[in-house]
Amino acid sequence: MRPKRRRLAFLSVGLVLLGVAVALVLTALEDGVTFFYTPSKVAANDVPAGQQFRLGGLVERGTRRNLGDGLSVAFRVTDCIHSLQVVYKGVLPDLFREGQGVVAIGRLETGGVFRADTILAKHDENYMPKDLADQLKEQGQWHADGGGKPCAEAKS
Amino acid sequence: MSAEIGHFALIVAAVLALGQSVFPMAGAVRRHGALMALGGTLATGQFVFVAIAFGALTWAFVTSDFSVANVVQNSHSAKPLLYKITGVWGNHEGSMVLWCLILSLFGACVGWFGGNVAPGLRARVIAVQGMIGLAFLAFVLLTSNPFDRVNPMPPDGRGLNPILQDPGLAFHPPLLYLGYVGFSVTFAFAVAALLEGGVDAAWGRWVRPWALAAWSFLTLGIALGSWWAYYELGWGGFWFWDPVENASFMPWLVGTALLHSAIVAEKRDALKSWSILLAILTFSLSLLGTFLVRSGVLTSVHTFATDPERGLFILAILAVTIGGALVFYAWRAPALKGGGLFRPVSREGALIVNNLLMTVAALTVLFGTLYPLIVDALGLGKISVGPPYFNATFVPLMAPLILAMGIAPFLPWKRADLAGALDRLKLIVAVTIGAAAVVVFLEDRYSFAAALGIGLAVWAIGASAFELASRVRLFRAPFGESLRRTAAMPRSAWGMTLAHAAAGVVVAGITASSVWQTEIVRVMEPGDRADVAGYTVAFAGVQEVRVGNYLARRGRFTVSEGGAAVATLSPEKRIYLPQRTPTTEAAIRTTWFADLYIVLGDPHGEGGHAVRLYHNPLVPWIWIGAVLMFLGGMISLTDRRHRVGAPRRSVRPAPPQPAEA
Repeated sequence: MRPKRRRLAFLSVGLVLLGVAVALVLTALEDGVTFFYTPSKVAANDVPAGQQFRLGGLVERGTRRNLGDGLSVAFRVTDCIHSLQVVYKGVLPDLFREGQGVVAIGRLETGGVFRADTILAKHDENYMPKDLADQLKEQGQWHADGGGKPCAEAKS
Repeated sequence: MSAEIGHFALIVAAVLALGQSVFPMAGAVRRHGALMALGGTLATGQFVFVAIAFGALTWAFVTSDFSVANVVQNSHSAKPLLYKITGVWGNHEGSMVLWCLILSLFGACVGWFGGNVAPGLRARVIAVQGMIGLAFLAFVLLTSNPFDRVNPMPPDGRGLNPILQDPGLAFHPPLLYLGYVGFSVTFAFAVAALLEGGVDAAWGRWVRPWALAAWSFLTLGIALGSWWAYYELGWGGFWFWDPVENASFMPWLVGTALLHSAIVAEKRDALKSWSILLAILTFSLSLLGTFLVRSGVLTSVHTFATDPERGLFILAILAVTIGGALVFYAWRAPALKGGGLFRPVSREGALIVNNLLMTVAALTVLFGTLYPLIVDALGLGKISVGPPYFNATFVPLMAPLILAMGIAPFLPWKRADLAGALDRLKLIVAVTIGAAAVVVFLEDRYSFAAALGIGLAVWAIGASAFELASRVRLFRAPFGESLRRTAAMPRSAWGMTLAHAAAGVVVAGITASSVWQTEIVRVMEPGDRADVAGYTVAFAGVQEVRVGNYLARRGRFTVSEGGAAVATLSPEKRIYLPQRTPTTEAAIRTTWFADLYIVLGDPHGEGGHAVRLYHNPLVPWIWIGAVLMFLGGMISLTDRRHRVGAPRRSVRPAPPQPAEA
């Protein structure tokens, strides 16, 4: 093949592949993307029912209790304005603590309970989910002195 | 005192890097031999002074010098010596010094082992290395000085994050940086070639050993990181498509493409300007990864203390490097002359398929990694892109790649006969289809993914084995003849065959452990038994122990198979003392074909504990395969044929020769 035609062939194969990739990306984005909401967002009924999303907030102090089967736990996640009841069956991450940041991935069930499939708490005691930190800053609830106490005084 | 020596050495290194970026470049432009030769000396000097700084920082950690802020924040006098040393790079500042150390080492290596590279090109390469070194040394000195003092000196340090107190920290970051930073050399070669305005086949031959070395280390570094996450995080998984994992994976994908396109550049004098673009992109993605990790714009499992000022600085380095190189590329690349002609169905064509698929796969990973940032910037909400996205885009792109990988060694250069190649491979085609069919019928639940994955793995391993067999004419020539051919096979051919087969081993491991993983979560009282994939696991209870700088609750599980005890496993829940941070230590029993993986959870009731049990089939193959890939790269590097014609015999890694099937 002449260089010019070869370059053309090279380019067109590349473009076709890119097209395939774009199609793959668009279909994959449909179920590969999860939105991040805070309890206030959920309270405002902004969250479509049955859709998987990430719930971010702080584990409200004094709300964690173990349920009968020994594996399920229930606790409330708060963003200092609203809070939401969460149930989770499984082993909690090491750094799950009351009063600290947490991200729960799951769905809202009828009755307004959030059933989590995955609980994330980071390996850093000052960890605050970035999305949550942004949200708290917006709400004026952000205290830079550490993730542990941004909402210690707030009632939910 | 060591802190001042270290700080001073870093400043000297930065000044030397400045000289290194100016003098050899000026020498190359004016064809001034002595100025060009100065480059190698300055590169060695930069390396020596960064090494002194690194040594001084290590000394401060080992002697627990708590007048140094970095030591206070990341060390503790009661920490074992190994973790005092590895703690040097277990934090942002120290890891940047390690980054600079490896960068300057590569720069010095170009001076030491680049004797057969044309002097003008070598001088420019060293100068470009000097510029990158200067940028990163300035970054360390201006935003991340590891030698800052604290006053008054605290009595003890805050300790290293317990998750990092693991032998994995000793190897994972240094190997990863050898890979990441190693691609700075291929980047420098690309920019130097654009500066010279000409690329010949020799360029491909010079670039290949560097690309191969960087690629091999990056492969091993990523695999070690994945293995570390697997046994340390206690989630039973090996890859999470976390932004930081993606950050290391994207340069690997494009670097793999570069490794293959450089073969075409050398052998066939074609794809030269494309290879240059790949070299620029590979290092750009390395820098992008650094930016993503250090700036904290994306949430990830890696928590470096983040600081917007640092993020901006790296963003500036990134913009200048990528932007500058790409503008330069757009300006000079059209002048590069194309070389050897070939038909679409040929070895060249197959390597182009590899290149396009690898690059497009890297693009989809890049898009998925940055998409949350884009959506956030547009004010459309806060999202995260999870594994379903990556699996759905990545797997369909890798499947044809692995198919092509099996056939490519059977296609000759210039023009090839695809039907003929497939005809030679008919045995392997049949075995592959058979294996996939067996998987379909074995499974009680139909799994397309499993059939595809196992089929691809069998194909990759089978085609590589067949390639080896036909190369030595096994069963077609007398056995002695085959043996003689085996002994005479060039090392680069061994390297390629091994690395290609290893890719199949990795695919088998990923497929089997993803599709056939068993997970059981339950509360176990002492005396309880659980059945997992043919094993019976009995829980004997927990005991409290104190070891070194942590307290642990240690579970005792006896594992039996068919009534006979085969192992005792002791997973732990630890509390590291200085910070009282809890960690989980999974206990793993491996048979090399499967792992039994036990995690001890929270206590429940009288002596009961939440327990997670996993059975992960073929999961060790992922890391075995990655190590084989690394070995393939290393064997290729030692190929001797390419040292012929070098001005002097040296221990310089020689470029490999592709297979001639």
